[in-house]
Amino acid sequence: MNKKILTTPITDEDVKSLRIGDIVYLNGTLVTCRDTGHKRRVLSGIVPRTDLKGGAVFHAGPIVKKVGDKWEMVSIGPTTSMRMEKFEKEFMEITGAKLIIGKGGMGEKTVKGCVENKAIHAVFPGGCAVVAAAEVLEITDAEWLDLGMPEAFWVMEVKEFGPLIISIDTEGNNLFENNKAVYKESMEKEMAELSKKLKYMNY
Amino acid sequence: MNKTEKFLDTTVKFINLVAKVLPDDVVERLKLLREKETVTMSKAIYDSMFENLEKAVSLDRPICQDTGVIQFFVRVGTKFPLIDEIGDLLYKATLEATEKVPLRHNAVETFVEKNTGTNTGKKVPYIDYEIVPNSSNLEMDVYMAGGGCSLPGRSTVMMPSAGYEGIAGFVAETMVNWGINACPPLVVGVGIGTCVASAAKLAKKASLRRVGSRNPEPKAAEMEEALEKALGNIGIGAQGLPGKSGVLCVNIENMARHPSALGAAVSFGCWAHRRGTISFDKNMNYTLLDHKGVTL
Repeated sequence: MNKKILTTPITDEDVKSLRIGDIVYLNGTLVTCRDTGHKRRVLSGIVPRTDLKGGAVFHAGPIVKKVGDKWEMVSIGPTTSMRMEKFEKEFMEITGAKLIIGKGGMGEKTVKGCVENKAIHAVFPGGCAVVAAAEVLEITDAEWLDLGMPEAFWVMEVKEFGPLIISIDTEGNNLFENNKAVYKESMEKEMAELSKKLKYMNY
Repeated sequence: MNKTEKFLDTTVKFINLVAKVLPDDVVERLKLLREKETVTMSKAIYDSMFENLEKAVSLDRPICQDTGVIQFFVRVGTKFPLIDEIGDLLYKATLEATEKVPLRHNAVETFVEKNTGTNTGKKVPYIDYEIVPNSSNLEMDVYMAGGGCSLPGRSTVMMPSAGYEGIAGFVAETMVNWGINACPPLVVGVGIGTCVASAAKLAKKASLRRVGSRNPEPKAAEMEEALEKALGNIGIGAQGLPGKSGVLCVNIENMARHPSALGAAVSFGCWAHRRGTISFDKNMNYTLLDHKGVTL
């Protein structure tokens, strides 16, 4: 099976046919931005020099190493996307970013942002940070270093970066929320059974 | 090398090991879960996880970029020669390991709200001490507490009428609502105590107990097994996607409680459960308890 590869700048056309559960890979430019970076971009109006129109954003705080005057990627993997729920919709609107990569699901507000801005959210397997680092060709820029290593805005060139599992698509489908509904139902059943076994209180 | 230098040098090397190689018990259980998994996407994620473990060793890099807040759980003999210096030495070891491994800078000073840039700060590294009378040894767990799996931790105090089934429900709900984002398969540490603090501390210690070990109290062990089975049946797989392999283990630690209070807490560990236990004798000779066949 051919790998489905997205290349930055990503267009509406590139993402609109993708559906939750599809697996894609990324070529081109990828930037990291997480809690404080989102807050800074949305609330302060400080604009990074890297243009994010059609861009790919990675919820990640890497370990980097300075070798001579260049930064080298040591280890990079996704962080919990839900922490960016508060600002992601506005972030997409302001920047024009098309692909948001992270870990775990995001909420209703981001779903709305994805539909309105024809953008998608995808997950990279968490904790697989050496696999991801091996897919980074080079770090081309570093902004907002005042926020510290995890929160800085690292700009990288990547090749076949993935697997990226689409978790929110442009139609507003939400993989993790769908799954959660199923889990909750089966949790109720399991807990009802389990309760019978755990009558340890005396009376 | 004198004793102080030997302890420091060994601890730095041990932190390096913990960042790059998972303990034997976790790897064994991950292999079993991988075999058991039948859902395609979850299986594919297991493939990535094992590829990542291999690459961490071959490229000599931390398994996960989030090398966490470094936490030491120390059981120190009252006659251990360096008992007065442990705190300082663990602080120094953390600074040095941060440069050498390298580790991510994970200490944000509260209220100042600034990353210190050294991976150390007020009460970071986090050190928990237990005194062991009449011993000249020191045993400690090193744990890298990542943000992802620290985030869903919860502690509460229930009315005793909630019962043990209430504790089970609390753990399950926390796992389904929040734990699924914390990189399953998860280590589920449950603490049963008498207040939020005691329950939380026991939950943490439970999460650091070996995978496959059981609480010595038969009913607690029974609950560990039953809860492990029930949580495993919910249908959560690797990374919180559908599957059969979302739980590494359920460990419970318990204590006596106030008649009116049932403290309950849950502390999660992600699949990349970077925990290791090392012991030192009075001459600072070390033994690795969770990484067989490894020399620092």
